[in-house]
Amino acid sequence: MTITLDSIGENQKVKVISVSGGWGIRQRLGCLGIHPGDIITVKRSAIMRGPILISVHGNQVALGRGVAGKIIVEVIE
Amino acid sequence: MRIALMGQPNSGKSTVFNDVAGYKAITSNFPGKTVKYTLTKFNLLGQTIELVDLPGTYSLTSFDLAELEARKYLLKGNVDVVINVIDASLLSRSLELTLQLLELKLPMVICLNMIDEAERKGIRIDTEKLSKVFGVPVVPAVAIKGKGIKGLFSTAYKVGEKKKIGKTINFSKDVEDVITPLSIQIKKKQIEREFNVPERFLALKYLENDSYFMENYEEKNNNLFKEIVHFQNILKETHGRQSDVVISSERHHLSMNIYESVVSLTKPHISLIDYLDNILMHPFLGYISLGLIFYLFFNLIFSVGKMVEEPLLDYFYKLIPLLEKSIDSGTLLFSIISGIIQGLAGGIAIVLPYLFPFLFGLAILEDLGYLPRIAFLLDAFLHKIGLHGKAIIPFILGYGCTVPAIMATRILESERDRFIASVLVTMIPCAARMTIIFALVAFYISPQAALAIYILNIIVIIISGKILSRLLPEITPGMILEIPAYHIPSIKVALAKTWLRMKEFIFVAWPLLIVGSTILSLLQYYKGDMLINNLFSPLTSLLGLPLVVGTTLIFGILRKELSMLMLIQAIGTSNVAAVMSTTQIMTFTIFVIFYVPCVATIAVLWKEIGSKRTLFAVGFTFVLAVILAIITRFVY
Repeated sequence: MTITLDSIGENQKVKVISVSGGWGIRQRLGCLGIHPGDIITVKRSAIMRGPILISVHGNQVALGRGVAGKIIVEVIE
Repeated sequence: MRIALMGQPNSGKSTVFNDVAGYKAITSNFPGKTVKYTLTKFNLLGQTIELVDLPGTYSLTSFDLAELEARKYLLKGNVDVVINVIDASLLSRSLELTLQLLELKLPMVICLNMIDEAERKGIRIDTEKLSKVFGVPVVPAVAIKGKGIKGLFSTAYKVGEKKKIGKTINFSKDVEDVITPLSIQIKKKQIEREFNVPERFLALKYLENDSYFMENYEEKNNNLFKEIVHFQNILKETHGRQSDVVISSERHHLSMNIYESVVSLTKPHISLIDYLDNILMHPFLGYISLGLIFYLFFNLIFSVGKMVEEPLLDYFYKLIPLLEKSIDSGTLLFSIISGIIQGLAGGIAIVLPYLFPFLFGLAILEDLGYLPRIAFLLDAFLHKIGLHGKAIIPFILGYGCTVPAIMATRILESERDRFIASVLVTMIPCAARMTIIFALVAFYISPQAALAIYILNIIVIIISGKILSRLLPEITPGMILEIPAYHIPSIKVALAKTWLRMKEFIFVAWPLLIVGSTILSLLQYYKGDMLINNLFSPLTSLLGLPLVVGTTLIFGILRKELSMLMLIQAIGTSNVAAVMSTTQIMTFTIFVIFYVPCVATIAVLWKEIGSKRTLFAVGFTFVLAVILAIITRFVY
């Protein structure tokens, strides 16, 4: 099942399928180690539709909801 | 020889830089604090080395202004050696930049910084193997403790002398089959010379659709443009993804493979600090701790400041009557000397007692890595004023000084966000204005009143933000922000940073303060102040302030704290409460906080957002200040 990253609950592990945003956002996420095929763990999600905190390749990244909504993922755990 | 420090944000470039330069570049634990480069010269083996600390950049495909600045500097072509500083605990990701730097074919050394932190995380790196893979020396270091820095620079020097260039690592065959013909085309047309980069580097940038390299040649060279699109399409067809994704994924896989071949993983040591986020980033406890931290911070500044201010002021008060005994108080000499004494007193007794605890506390919070956490907690709230979480970093820095805070807006991606954030930052009470709030309002009225000013200020900023984002309706790009691991702050570094920031006050503001006091004394002696005060009388009477306040407002444009210090001189007593009512003190403070940013701020605004928008900011804040001060006059 593929969904967007913003709808993933805390402590779930997902695999990135694709990034649907434009050039800028793809590049930026790529720099932080988020490419198709990478494994992401959602660690926290802030209140009031705030950002989510993910862990990717041993590093923590905060992503705004809008950004997370552009990352298409598949739940693996 | 010129050596450049290049690396990803928060990898410790500025810390390496400070090891040889003394504390000259601000270091903090959040990505993107260095927004412009800093230079230093030092002596190594009898040779003068020029070292440049560049802003951090995740890749050589640049997005924000700070990253562009780093790339531009590197491509200018007058760097002899590049030191690629890497946060060893984030090795796999960092290698992606290393691969790109190697494509530039510049003499290079890799510095594996924070090697102790990597080992704590259970990452053991075979440096010799890594050095073989890239064909460049690899030096492990712990920059914060100064470990490995000497070796790093002597290695860099040797590399620079031999002009030793590393290996370019090949991508998979089908991608290379596209890169090679495109490079040949570029070389044929000699486009790489225009940019002063190797043709392979340029070919990759074109396949990545890098706007800087694309825009610059598109008009000039239509034929090549067609070729590029052709090659981009080949990659797109064979991989089923955009060509830029193909290239970045290739680099990613290469880095991962190299990482796996040089690293052996052991058991990580978990320490207490790893659990800190369970509280500080908790959806409920996180906000409580945020409030608590700032409340305690506020109280600390006030209690330390007051403890020092009172006895020091008493001491200076005793000096003036002593002076009156020896020099006739009606003479010019008396005016000048008392002006100088008041200038000195203002700096020592009123400003420094509050400035020091504030800057020191801010340094500790920055170095711990708390600022990006605040960005995470407040992102949703900042969206309400049309910005996103990262904007909180310039806002918090704004409580220190507006000038670096406006520079820090460069970490925001869109021009509109930078403009809104810059205007709002000018309204945040910087340390200079903080001393006014503490030394006037908290001291003469109550600490609660001072706290109320801060809260009012935040409310006004929120409303202004809402107005500005309505005027410029555009959706802010979402936040993408790395949350670095906590670092235990070093007291020594925090003190050095505090000193660096205080220097600005001591060497710039203080002399200005003494000169200002003297000028005011002279003006008073020759009755020139009355002229200015009368000129300002429509404003001062509108706000219900004493006539003598007029002159001080001019000084406030030079430096905000001057208004208060001049006030003390203008009213002729350091006991402000004897001359001004609490309402007047409150009105004066509110007005001074908001009206027209200081000269240094105007100058940096001019550079960052342009003349028109700066004038808008000046006008906007002035009108706002008048309105708020009138409300204060009648409501408080």
